Amino acid sequence: MTAVRVLVGTKKGAFILTSDAARKKWTISPPLFAGWEIYHLKGSKADPNRLYASQSSGWFGQIIQRSDDGGRTWTIPGGEKVPSPTDPPGGQSNKFVYDTSADTGKPLTTHMWYDGTQHRWEFKRVWHIEPSLTDPDLVYAGVEDAAIFRSTDGAKTWHELAGLRGHPSGQTWGPGAGGLGLHTILLDPTNPKRIYIAISAAGAFRTDDGGKTWKPINRGLKSQYIPDPDAETGHCIHNMALHPSRPGTLFMQKHWDVCRSDDAGDHWREVSGNLPTDFGFPIAVHAHEPETIYVVPIKSDSEHFPPDGKLRVYRSRTGGNEWDALTSGLPQKDCYVNVLRDAMSTDTLDPCGIYFGTTGGQVYASADNGDTWTTIARDLPAVLSVEVQTIK
Amino acid sequence: MIRITIPFHLRTLARVEGEVSLDIGGEAAPTRAMVLDALEERYPMLRGTIRDHITKQRRPFIRFFACRQDLTHEPDDAPLPDPVARGEEPFMIVGAIAGG
Repeated sequence: MTAVRVLVGTKKGAFILTSDAARKKWTISPPLFAGWEIYHLKGSKADPNRLYASQSSGWFGQIIQRSDDGGRTWTIPGGEKVPSPTDPPGGQSNKFVYDTSADTGKPLTTHMWYDGTQHRWEFKRVWHIEPSLTDPDLVYAGVEDAAIFRSTDGAKTWHELAGLRGHPSGQTWGPGAGGLGLHTILLDPTNPKRIYIAISAAGAFRTDDGGKTWKPINRGLKSQYIPDPDAETGHCIHNMALHPSRPGTLFMQKHWDVCRSDDAGDHWREVSGNLPTDFGFPIAVHAHEPETIYVVPIKSDSEHFPPDGKLRVYRSRTGGNEWDALTSGLPQKDCYVNVLRDAMSTDTLDPCGIYFGTTGGQVYASADNGDTWTTIARDLPAVLSVEVQTIK
Repeated sequence: MIRITIPFHLRTLARVEGEVSLDIGGEAAPTRAMVLDALEERYPMLRGTIRDHITKQRRPFIRFFACRQDLTHEPDDAPLPDPVARGEEPFMIVGAIAGG
């Protein structure tokens, strides 16, 4: 029987919401990893029971958790107890060390700090986990300070793809307000060597050789908050999305501006159109309509809540420029929550389901392409991420 | 045996309840480094949560107490107090309190 599993990361743990294909009745799991920040959890497309979670804490650092049974039980890969001193050492699933080796790595230099001075590169946490589309044991992690790591053994060990951090522009990368985080990883389903990533506030990059070398792909973006608005890097990208049937078409929610590229990021153009504000965090693509996209306009500078106290998802069925407000079932007064960059996702049913979570702890779902919405969780901790699995 | 108390969240990670007891072994007086090495050897999931993987530097919000003393800034290789070495008092790994 088809089911939908919504993986919700929050400030104080993770929750798994489940429903059948009707998407009318939802059950909410007890908190997983209670008390810890769960920046992101995501399932493998190759094995939907394989889930990965990024668990972090200002006290105790970064942990990676893995489930092989759809979230019922979790282990720290390789971190099991050592039963006797003669057994091999345990895993190092939380060991993210920048690769400075002569053969594969890059020197650990510095990056730009908020005040323009140089700052030591420091690992802080995993912002985003992206499992391979074909191999359950292959998984990527986007981290702060910005770098991409890869595990080929189910998250037991991690190795940095150091060509990204070692790009000549690396020393000019500066953090956004939330830190220098690599938050978006998009895998091209037609080309396993092509990966897109985005960093706040360095911009978007693409590799065409499996992560050895990376190219900035920010031409056409304009950002008035940097000295050169058209600079090759330095843009504060909040999120990117693609449709698997058209992996060369990318959609972007930037700090300001919604943009699209039809040539794999080589050139971008603004498609904000009639949005009430072109600031926001997440962007998502409909599962079956590659030109249908969703954003949640948010007021800025610094307010970071919906304009006029109305929580509205905006949908464009023309790939941008022409947007319609979707309001049915969403609060239309006195609403002052935010929707963070990884907190919107879609299922693959027909009609397509759209899901997003708020910093107020609500998770909203639409089972009809966004036309109407219901609250499927009302009182969770602040939502950091929402991912959806369609289980068949 | 050395008795060690660890913060709630790390007990959850290590799947232990209450105190942890470890046999450090050897003739030398136990030090903090020896205790942490033994703790991470027994519970590898705790590597990186109390101190950095590589530098072994204490994480900023972690403190070390024993025998009503703050040992946080004692050298890593300083002998622990005798009551800790004898197992009469626990070596306490404490997460900083944060609240309203």
